[in-house]
Amino acid sequence: MKKGILKRVKYDIFLVGILITVGAAVLLTAVFNGQGGEYVCIKTDGEVSAVYPLTENRRVVINGANGTNLLVIENCQAYISEADCPDKLCVRQGKISMKGQSVICLPHRIVVEITGQEQKDNSDIDVIVK
Amino acid sequence: MNKKSRVNVKKISVYGMITAAAIVLSWLEAQIPPFFPIPGMKIGLTNIIVVIALYKMGSGSAMAVNVLRILLVSFLFGGPSALIYSLSGGMLSLLVMILLKKTGKFKMISVSIAGGIFHNVGQILIAMLMTDTTSILWYLAVLWFAGAVSGTLIGILGNTLLKHLPDSIFK
Repeated sequence: MKKGILKRVKYDIFLVGILITVGAAVLLTAVFNGQGGEYVCIKTDGEVSAVYPLTENRRVVINGANGTNLLVIENCQAYISEADCPDKLCVRQGKISMKGQSVICLPHRIVVEITGQEQKDNSDIDVIVK
Repeated sequence: MNKKSRVNVKKISVYGMITAAAIVLSWLEAQIPPFFPIPGMKIGLTNIIVVIALYKMGSGSAMAVNVLRILLVSFLFGGPSALIYSLSGGMLSLLVMILLKKTGKFKMISVSIAGGIFHNVGQILIAMLMTDTTSILWYLAVLWFAGAVSGTLIGILGNTLLKHLPDSIFK
């Protein structure tokens, strides 16, 4: 009986197994690539507007498309503590510290992203605050 | 001739009814505060309707209902960006579900799980283009599993509903 059920859902087990494996692979890649976050990179409207080192505590007001967000960097973690966007999803996204993690505020078109060492050499950046 | 026109009236009514149900579910979902703090991420209650349409009315009808409900809901509750997100997520999700169902090898719940995942994958691809962020791995990982969970729930709900909805409504 039990074998019959297993046989009937063998394709399903196969499919769900593949889906979970791919998801786990994506997660592991994200964690693996997350080491060595060094800078907090702020993008407004798709353009890098400022870069700050993750190791220095500071509070920055970001002027976005339709309002402002308050970015706080402390203890090598970055987060949005206040924002005047309607959904406040950026505040709820919490603290980020690993390379590739980001906080996105869609209403204000702001992306705060953790980047690694290589970001420093990128010539597109207007300001690097040391 | 007479019979044919009656069938069409019925078809129109069913489309209207099922699209209306999708809009009500979208409204209901909009009343719930966002469960996950990620832009564009929802439980996807409306996908129940799409899954039911796919299994009771076929691929073409499901596609029609899907496009209709996305357009209507986006115009009613969202903005242009909501439309782009819903469209990319909804279309990719439904295409994957149609293909999986066509193979005839998978149970509805597995089809729904894949649909849930690819709904989020579609949305994140668009988010990547719109915000110009290439480091989407974290979002992709989180949304992948979130999609799997919501796909499972919708698969279970949809399965139960399918058993209780008589075929005579749709045929």
